[in-house]
Amino acid sequence: MSATALRICTASSCRSRGGEALRRALAAVAHGQGEQLSVTGVGCLGPCSDGPLLAMGPHLFSLQAPEPAPLAHSLQQALAQNAVERWQPPGCALIPAADPFLRLQRRLVLERCGQIDPESLEAALASGGYRQLRAVLQQNNPAAVIEAVRRSGLRGRGGAGYPTGLKWATVAAMPGGEKRLVCNADEGDPGAFMDRTVMEGDPHRLLEGMAIAAFAVGAQRGYLYVRAEYPLAIARLRGAIAAAEQQHWLGSGIDGSNVDVHLELRVGAGAYVCGEETALIHSIEGGRGTPCARPPYPAERGVFGLPTLINNVETFANVPVLLQMGPDAYRPGTKVFSLTGQVRRSGVLEVPMGTPLRTIVETMGGGAPAGRAIKAVQTGGPSGGCVPAAQLDTPVDYDSLQALGTIMGSGGMVVLDDTTDMVDLAAYFMAFCREESCGKCVPCRSGTVQLEQLLRKLLARQGCPADLDQLERLCHTVQQASLCGLGQNAPKPVLSTLRHFRHELLALVGEP
Amino acid sequence: MARSTAIPVGEPPDALEAAVQHLGLRRDGLIELLACAQRQQGWLSAPLLGWIARRLQLPHSQVLGTASFYHLFRLQPPLPHSCLVCTGTACYVLGAEALRSTLQRQPLRAMGVELGTVRCIGSCSGAPLLVMDGQVLNHQSPARALQAVQAIAAPQP
Repeated sequence: MSATALRICTASSCRSRGGEALRRALAAVAHGQGEQLSVTGVGCLGPCSDGPLLAMGPHLFSLQAPEPAPLAHSLQQALAQNAVERWQPPGCALIPAADPFLRLQRRLVLERCGQIDPESLEAALASGGYRQLRAVLQQNNPAAVIEAVRRSGLRGRGGAGYPTGLKWATVAAMPGGEKRLVCNADEGDPGAFMDRTVMEGDPHRLLEGMAIAAFAVGAQRGYLYVRAEYPLAIARLRGAIAAAEQQHWLGSGIDGSNVDVHLELRVGAGAYVCGEETALIHSIEGGRGTPCARPPYPAERGVFGLPTLINNVETFANVPVLLQMGPDAYRPGTKVFSLTGQVRRSGVLEVPMGTPLRTIVETMGGGAPAGRAIKAVQTGGPSGGCVPAAQLDTPVDYDSLQALGTIMGSGGMVVLDDTTDMVDLAAYFMAFCREESCGKCVPCRSGTVQLEQLLRKLLARQGCPADLDQLERLCHTVQQASLCGLGQNAPKPVLSTLRHFRHELLALVGEP
Repeated sequence: MARSTAIPVGEPPDALEAAVQHLGLRRDGLIELLACAQRQQGWLSAPLLGWIARRLQLPHSQVLGTASFYHLFRLQPPLPHSCLVCTGTACYVLGAEALRSTLQRQPLRAMGVELGTVRCIGSCSGAPLLVMDGQVLNHQSPARALQAVQAIAAPQP
């Protein structure tokens, strides 16, 4: 008899929709059925808006309608009739494997996410987890690892897009025996949840990537800085670190080598600015998360004054698959996006780098809700800007988005339909930056207040054309004079509105 | 600030001392320790901050400076229930402001419910959403949000 494997998403989005109760109900049916039927809780399956989701083979089912008890009863009946492999959950919409949302993905980072139980080290090991770490330790050639990362063309997935291989080489070349590693998992951009998906769905991939990086640059100790708003990710990482330590994939003398990699989890306490690397370092040291001027860059002087390598979650999670495929086969890599906002199907997807925005938003996401049209797609959160609907054919990569005045950022994509007031949205982002400004430097602390006031004045139709010039000038001042990335990027949503939706601002001051 | 003296200075709760031992008296463990203290006590009172400062041999100003910097640390006692409106972008464009303004007009304090906001919790497919006593409520309308608040609210005295 063929085995039937049911996978149910237990990531936080499906969990908030009752996924855990459904998993328990179906797991109770599978209990004692041995090989015939298994029910596994897995990481994110992708189209969160259809959750809670159930996967059978390559197909997904949206379990939005059924209650746990009737669903379990139906599965029980199928079992009794020896027809469990043909079981169709009653009243559930099928999302076939050929659906564009699934078909057009290329899951490298999310390869195991949605396939295995994220709380099981055994499951990760059985599907290739820590294999690259073992190979790297056996070859014992850190320079070769850095060279492979450099040749792959991998760039930082946290927003700035700095070449990862170059960063690793810089840290590796720093003198001194003691170095540190930091994983920036302070995914603060609103509407971005790719890193949450990786941490909840395949924590061991992240740990493997970090261990490889630590070996390559010669760091003995690392910190994972996770934002407190992600309780499930924190719990899973804690469990994963403990399990990996127990089986000597982390800790002293990992996998029988003489390499030590101690990883420590640090939980944030709610401060957006801590996503900025110097602020993050201060927070890890137990202080206020205020940034400081660079140089010296963290590569030279980071956590506790030691040379420190900082990458974000997705960057580290790319490393095992990059080494497995080889740098040439891996290029140009993929990017994980979180698609949300006024779009029919929202969720997490991983596509080849350079996929046109239209493919993601219209073909995969189904476009705007019925009767509406897409106006723009916001990328990069409060540090980014908008891509107007007319330019949706832009390929999603670092340089194309930058040319349009926005950034790829960490990968949050918020779709805006024609009901959205772009000036109001710019004011929303400015209010966000005003609240999150740490107050250390004047251009950011005062500039964000002034910019928001100007936008509110315009929205109240009390502005004049001169206010637009003032707005633009102030944007450039804040951009150029602020100390850290938060202030330097805060004006971007306003500049983006000025560039692509100037007519909306002009209409507010009575100009045609 | 000094509203409560539930924890006399110099007499730490055992659980917190256990956390200090676990973290190993490290000054860089301050944020972890503050989070732990808040989990145990619900908030960070002045005597509690004083105890932490002494225990980690840090200036009181540094402990208070760190505690007051982060949004999630509370220097006031919480109400019995919390209702957080997510202020992420997806929630914003799908109507979070309407939720917030509706809830703001309610006598929530008197009902024992503290209204606040939370930065994007990364569960945007359920936008606009509320986090009520730690539980995520998806696709909220002002009417549904009111119902949910009334359902958790403490009986009025």
